[in-house]
Amino acid sequence: MATKVVQRKPLSWAERTYLPQIFDGLMRTWKAMFKKPVTLQYPEQKPSIPGDYRGIPTLVKDPNGREKCVSCQLCEFVCPPKAIRITPGEIPYTDPNAHVEKAPKAFEINMLRCIYCGLCQEVCPEEAIFLKNAFSLSGYTREELVFQKDKLYELGGSQEDHHFKWDKKKAAAEHSEKH
Amino acid sequence: MDINCIFLKVIYALIVIGVLMGLAAYSVLGERKVSAWIQGRVGPNRTAIPLLAKIPVLGPLLRSLGIWQPLADGLKFLFKEDPMPGHVKKAYYLLAPIIVLIPALSTVALVPFGMNYATQEPLGLANIELGLWVIFALASLGVYGIIIGGWAANSKYPFFGGIRSCAQLISYELLMGLSVLPVILWVNGPGSDVGLNLGGIAQAQEGAWFILIQPLGALLFLIALFAETNRLPFDMPESETELVGGFHTEYGSFKFGFFFLAEYAHMLVGSAVFTHLFLGGWNFLPWLNAPWGATFFGTVCSVFWFLGKVLAMMFFFMWVRWTLPRFRYDQVMQLAWGRLLPLALLNLVFYTLLAAY
Repeated sequence: MATKVVQRKPLSWAERTYLPQIFDGLMRTWKAMFKKPVTLQYPEQKPSIPGDYRGIPTLVKDPNGREKCVSCQLCEFVCPPKAIRITPGEIPYTDPNAHVEKAPKAFEINMLRCIYCGLCQEVCPEEAIFLKNAFSLSGYTREELVFQKDKLYELGGSQEDHHFKWDKKKAAAEHSEKH
Repeated sequence: MDINCIFLKVIYALIVIGVLMGLAAYSVLGERKVSAWIQGRVGPNRTAIPLLAKIPVLGPLLRSLGIWQPLADGLKFLFKEDPMPGHVKKAYYLLAPIIVLIPALSTVALVPFGMNYATQEPLGLANIELGLWVIFALASLGVYGIIIGGWAANSKYPFFGGIRSCAQLISYELLMGLSVLPVILWVNGPGSDVGLNLGGIAQAQEGAWFILIQPLGALLFLIALFAETNRLPFDMPESETELVGGFHTEYGSFKFGFFFLAEYAHMLVGSAVFTHLFLGGWNFLPWLNAPWGATFFGTVCSVFWFLGKVLAMMFFFMWVRWTLPRFRYDQVMQLAWGRLLPLALLNLVFYTLLAAY
């Protein structure tokens, strides 16, 4: 194997006293002292989170305030650590969203089991479950960390909707009934 | 000496010790802040006293400067569990922090800290002729605490720390003495009665400071000072990256606090001695008369000017610590015996000849 011998100049007299180097180093740290600190004051300042970040899974409502989940239970089946449990329920006839037919009676995500894989978000046909940007999670009891439906909606808020699938369906059904 | 006079002396001593302890505590804060600034961080800025934090502008400002941090640090040392490892040699283990702290605090008695223009004498607790000599004698006692602490801990890393400090301190003690001798020769010309009095040495620098007359001596003394106070780049006894915590690995709570405080008290006294020997003590600037008159106000000014110089030296200690890496142990020894000691001897011979002619 070819080896390359690095030629090193012998140190000059000044270099062997270390003093110029020490002075140089001191000047560097002196300049560094007046630079702006890079610290993020964490609890007050939050880091900026990329949009596709996989944080805590949440349930979302559409812009009209309708809960989007129709309790199809696909997420429950796909969830690798079995963190999700859904109790399906029917929407009563009196409700304006009765045409959607189903909504979860109870929806709980056990955050002690969740592995933040995002498969629930991927599998959801209704775009009802999203992993949002909250990343800091703590609680005093185990029960507290099993998130219930209201907590999940509170975390999720409303999400913009490009389809309004159920409104279109309702409109199409009403249109066909006329003929 | 009547009882009133003794009472007054005790009060003075308590004030000086109080100031020294306060400065040492705030030096710890200074160290943390300086390290933070150099490393692009913010440093301690969270501690707040509930009511004082509510004052509009001042409260948050003091908080962000970390002014209350030393209080919190001290309380932490007080309230932490005081561990007593089962394998230590108990009597020596308890003795070591005390042996370290006592010389560090008692040397301050010999350091004058200002000019009393009313009596034309330096202000200080004990203004004795052998001041410098006593300081060196007392300060070198501190190393016994470190060695005893390292040995009493009865575990390998503290033991290494103790051994290293022993070897290092002996080498640099020599260097320190040799680098100071030319100054003493220079001051004690024919007809002078300064002796080893620090105040007298400071007064002799009304014209040129000795750092200008004897730059090499100042540099050698500074290096020896860094080694004597166990500061980087010579913090062999502690070297936390190699020896866990060095000699105080097995210590915790307030006993560790003693070591910690002693280190900073040592640094403060060392800075003061360097200021007296080479930076002109309380004299204003080289070849310039002090802008303050020989009045009571002038006395106060000289004290603050001296303290300012000492704090600048403290800043230099910290600045160097966060700039330079640690020397290897054998390099420290090689540097002392192979390079610095011959240099100090040459320096001594040169200034002896110069003073003679």
